[in-house]
Amino acid sequence: MVKARGDQEALALLTGLGDQPPLVTKAAASAVSSIQSNLAMWSMVQNAWYGLSLGSVLLLAAIGLAITFGVMGVINMAHGEMVMLGAYTTFVVQEVIRTRYPALFDYSLLIAVPLAFLVAGFIGVLIERTIIRFLYGRPLETLLATWGLSLVLQQAVRTAFGPTNREVGNPSWMSGAFELGQITITYNRLWILCFTLAVFAILLAMLRYTALGLEMRAVTQNRRMAASMGIATSRVDALTFGLGSGIAGIAGVALSQIDNVSPNLGQSYIIDSFMVVVFGGVGNLWGTLVGAFTLGIANKFLEPVAGAVLGKIAILVLIILFIQKRPRGLFALKGRAVEA
Amino acid sequence: MTPHILTRSLDRAATAFVLLVAAVGVLIPLSNLLLPQGSMFQVPTYLVALWGKYVCYAILALSIDLIWGYCGILSLGHGAFFALGGYAMGMYLMRQIGSRGVYGNPILPDFMVFLNWDKLPWYWYGFDKFAFAALMVLVVPGLLAFCFGWLAFRSRVTGVYLSIITQAMTYALLLAFFRNDFGFGGNNGLTDFKDILGFNVQAEGTRAALFLLSCLALIIAFLICRAIVSSKLGKVLIAVRDAESRTRFLGYRVESYKLFVFTLSACMAGVAGALYVPQVGIINPSEFAPANSIEAVIWVAVGGRGTLIGAALGAVVVNYAKTFFTSGPLAPYWLFMLGALFILVTLLLPKGIVGTFNSWWEPRRSTGIAADEASAAREDGISAAKMAE
Amino acid sequence: MSGWSKCIWGARAMLKIDNINLYYGAAQALRGVSLTAEPGKVTCVLGRNGVGKTSLLRAMVGQYPIASGAINFDGKDITALKPYERARRGIGFVPQGREIFPLLTVEENLKTGFGPLKREDRNIPNDVFSLFPVLETMLGRRGGDLSGGQQQQLAIGRALVMRPKLLLLDEPTEGIQPSIIKDIGRAISYLRNLGNIAIVLVEQYLDFACELGDSFAVMDRGAVKYACDRANLDPAEISRQMAL
Ligand SMILES: Nc1ncnc2c1ncn2[C@@H]1O[C@H](COP(=O)(O)OP(=O)(O)OP(=O)(O)O)[C@@H](O)[C@H]1O
Ligand SMILES: [Mg+2]
Repeated sequence: MVKARGDQEALALLTGLGDQPPLVTKAAASAVSSIQSNLAMWSMVQNAWYGLSLGSVLLLAAIGLAITFGVMGVINMAHGEMVMLGAYTTFVVQEVIRTRYPALFDYSLLIAVPLAFLVAGFIGVLIERTIIRFLYGRPLETLLATWGLSLVLQQAVRTAFGPTNREVGNPSWMSGAFELGQITITYNRLWILCFTLAVFAILLAMLRYTALGLEMRAVTQNRRMAASMGIATSRVDALTFGLGSGIAGIAGVALSQIDNVSPNLGQSYIIDSFMVVVFGGVGNLWGTLVGAFTLGIANKFLEPVAGAVLGKIAILVLIILFIQKRPRGLFALKGRAVEA
Repeated sequence: MTPHILTRSLDRAATAFVLLVAAVGVLIPLSNLLLPQGSMFQVPTYLVALWGKYVCYAILALSIDLIWGYCGILSLGHGAFFALGGYAMGMYLMRQIGSRGVYGNPILPDFMVFLNWDKLPWYWYGFDKFAFAALMVLVVPGLLAFCFGWLAFRSRVTGVYLSIITQAMTYALLLAFFRNDFGFGGNNGLTDFKDILGFNVQAEGTRAALFLLSCLALIIAFLICRAIVSSKLGKVLIAVRDAESRTRFLGYRVESYKLFVFTLSACMAGVAGALYVPQVGIINPSEFAPANSIEAVIWVAVGGRGTLIGAALGAVVVNYAKTFFTSGPLAPYWLFMLGALFILVTLLLPKGIVGTFNSWWEPRRSTGIAADEASAAREDGISAAKMAE
Repeated sequence: MSGWSKCIWGARAMLKIDNINLYYGAAQALRGVSLTAEPGKVTCVLGRNGVGKTSLLRAMVGQYPIASGAINFDGKDITALKPYERARRGIGFVPQGREIFPLLTVEENLKTGFGPLKREDRNIPNDVFSLFPVLETMLGRRGGDLSGGQQQQLAIGRALVMRPKLLLLDEPTEGIQPSIIKDIGRAISYLRNLGNIAIVLVEQYLDFACELGDSFAVMDRGAVKYACDRANLDPAEISRQMAL
C-alpha cells in the first residue's frame, strides 16, 4: 500500500523502517527499489519537460534569426534587441490596461502579440532600409553595424524606461500549475511551448503557401534570376527582414512572462540563438526546431550532473566542436546564405 | 636576414609611428617622475596609468588587425586571449602578495582561504616565479588559439561562423571564470596586488617603468606585424583574405597560414593583457565579456583595417573618447555614440581613418593593402603571392 | 492550343537597342551594339564563345548596367529601370545555364512568374503544358532534381508564365538532345506565330537558328559585324562570318 504511493515521502518512510520482521523488511526493500526506479523515471520525465520548455524558449528566440540569418544570410546582432522591444511592448500594453481598462488584463498578451510584431517588424524594415541593404555581401561589416545598433537600441530603452527590471504580470490563465504524475507543470511554460509551436507552424505555412513566402524562397535561392522574374527583390529583402524581426518581437511577448524585462534581456539570448541556428543548419527551419529542442533537452539533462553553469559551458563547448565537425549544421542546405 | 626584413618593411609612416611611440614612452614617464608636481608639463600618475592602459589596448588592436585586416579572420573572442594573458600575470601578482593578504596565508591567495581551500590547486604551481608566469602569458593564449584554430581552420569554418564560435568561446570562458570553484577568484577576480619583481605596483617609478615597457611592447608588436605583412607570408595572407579557395587551389596550405597568424595574434593579445593587469590593478571575468571583444574590433575598424598604424591609433582614439565622455555629463549618451560609431564607420568609412587618409593622400599606392577591394585587387593579391614564391 | 489566344498582353511591343557599350571593370564586352526585335519575329544573335552574346542579353534585362547607349522597349526608354521593373513591363528571360530555383518545386518555379501579373491572371497558361507536357507530370518535383533538358523546358515555361511581350532565350539548345531541341524549336515557332511576342534567340547552333530566325546578327568581340534577314539569308555566309 505504501508502495502504491510511490513518492519521496513513502521512500523516506520505508527506508526509515528499522528492525522489523524479516518478511516486512523484504517487502519494504522490494518496495524501496521499485519506488526508486519509479522516481528515477519521473525525474527523467521532469528533465525532459524542463528540456522541452527550455527548447521552446530557445526556438522562439531563434526562429526570427533563422529567417534573417538562415534564409537571408544577414547576420543581425541586434536580433536580441528585437526580442527586448517585444517584451517592452508587452510592458507598455499592460501599463495602459492597468491604468485605463483593468478588466482587460487577461487579454493583455493577446493584444501585445500583434502589437509587438508590428513594432519590431516596423523597426526591422527600417533597419533593413537604412543600414543593412548597404551591406549585403559583406557579412562581417553587417555584424559590426548591427552590433552597434544593438547598443543604440539598448541605451534608448534604458533612457526611456530606466535601467531596472520592469514588472510584467502573468494573466490568470498563465499563472498557476498542475500536477501530472509526480511532476509539476506550470501553465506559463506550457502555454509558451504551445505558442512556440504555433508560431513555427504559421511561419512554415506562410513560407510554403503564400506568394510572399514563394518570393522569399526564390530570392534566397537565386536573387538575380528572381529579379528577372519580376520579383521586387529589395522589397522582399525588407519584408523578410521585417518578418524575422517581427517574430523576434513576438518572442519577446512570451519571454516577458518568464524572464526579467530589462534592457539587457536580448543580450542573454543572442548567443544561444545563434548557436541554435548554426547547430540546426543554416537555411533550414526544421533544423532550427530540432536544434532548439536538442539543445534544450541536452542542457537540462546535463544540469543535474554538471551543475547549471558547467552544463551550459559543456553545451557551448560541444557545439563549438560540433560546428567544426559539420560547419553547415545538422541539416545542411545549399543557398546564398551558406556561401557567405 | 632580420635587419633586412626590418629595413624593407619600414616605410616613412612606419618609422614615424615607431619614433612617436618611443618618444611618448620616454617622455611621459620622464615628465611624470622628474618635473615637480603641479607643473604645467608634469603628467600626473593617474594619467600615466590611463595612457598605459591605452597602449595595451593598442597592442590588442594590432593583434586583431593582423588577423582581420590581413587574413580576413574576424575574431570576436580576442578579449579572451587578452584576459588569459592578464590572468596569468594576475596569478603571479597574487602569489607575490604572500603573507601580506588579509588572512596572512603565505601560500594561498585570500579568496582561497575564504573558500576554505587547504591547498593550492595544481594549476597555480609555478606562478610565484616571474619567468614561468611570463611564459604562461604567451603559452596559455597561444595554446588555446592553436587548439581552437586547428579545429576550426582544418574543418574550414570561416567568415561569420568563425566569428560566432569565437564569441561563444569567450562567453564560455566568461561563465567558467565567474565560478568560484574554478579557482581564479570567481566574480571578484584577482586584485589587491602588492608588488611586481619586488617593486611596489602602486609606486610612481613602477608605473612609469610599466608604461615604458608597454610602449616597447607596442613597438615590438608593430615591427613583428610589419615584418609579417610585408614578407611573402603577408602576401599569402592577403590572398587568403581576398580569395581563400583560389589560394588553396594554387597549392597553399591555407589552414597552416591561418593557424600561424591566429596563434601569433593570440600571444600578442596575451602580452597586452599581461601588461594591462598591473597597471589597472585588477583582472576579473568581465574582461571575457563578448562585448569587450567586439569593442576591440571597432577600434580597428575606426582606425583602419589592414593598416596596423590605424589599429593602434583607433584603439587610442576610441578609448580616449570613451574616457572623455563617460566621465563627463554626456555619460548616458556614450553608448549611443559607441553604437553610432559602429554603424557609421561600417557604412561611411569602411577603410577607417588611416585607410581613407591613405587613399586620399596617395591614390596610387593604396592597392593591395587597403581594406575591401574589388576583384581586380584580388588578382593582385594572388599574383603577388604567386610571384613571391 | 488554347489559352494563349486569350493572351492578356494584347498590346505588341518592340525592343530597340541603340549603340550600347558595356564594361566588366576595365574590359569592354559590348561595343556600340544596336539591335531591333519586332513582335511576331525571331531575331537571332549568333557568334562564337565569349563574343558578348550573354552580355547583350544581360544589358537588355538590366542584370548589368550599360555604360552608354539606350534601350527602348514599348516606346519607352527603360535604360534606367531595375531588372524587376523591366520584367514587369513584359521582358521574359531564359538565361544560359537555365538558373532554375533548385529547391522550389516545378510548380513553384512556374509560379515565380506571377509577380508581374494582376491577381486574376495568376495562373499557369495551358500553353505551357501543351508545349512541354513533361512539366505537367513533374509538378511536385524539385527543380534542381530535373535533368538538363527538363530544366531548359521549365526555364522557358517559367518565362512564359509572365506572359512576356519580349522573350529572350540564351542558347536554349546548349547541351540538349535532338528530340528535345525539336520540341523547343516547335515551341519557339508556335510563339512566333502567335504574332504578338518579340523573340530574341541567342544561338551557336546555326541550323536551329536558320530554321527559326527572321533576322540575324552575328557578333564578334562585342560588336555586331554582320546582319541580314530571312529574305537574303545565306547560311554559308553566316557560318563563314561566325568562323572568322
Ligand atoms: N561577370 C563578368 N566579369 C568579367 N568579365 C566577364 C563577365 N561576364 C563575361 N565576361 C567576359 O565578357 C566577354 C563576353 O562574355 P559573354 O558571356 O557575353 O560571352 P558569350 O558570347 O555569351 O559566350 P558563350 O557563347 O560562351 O556563352 C567574355 O570575354 C567574358 O570573359
Ligand atoms: Mg553566353
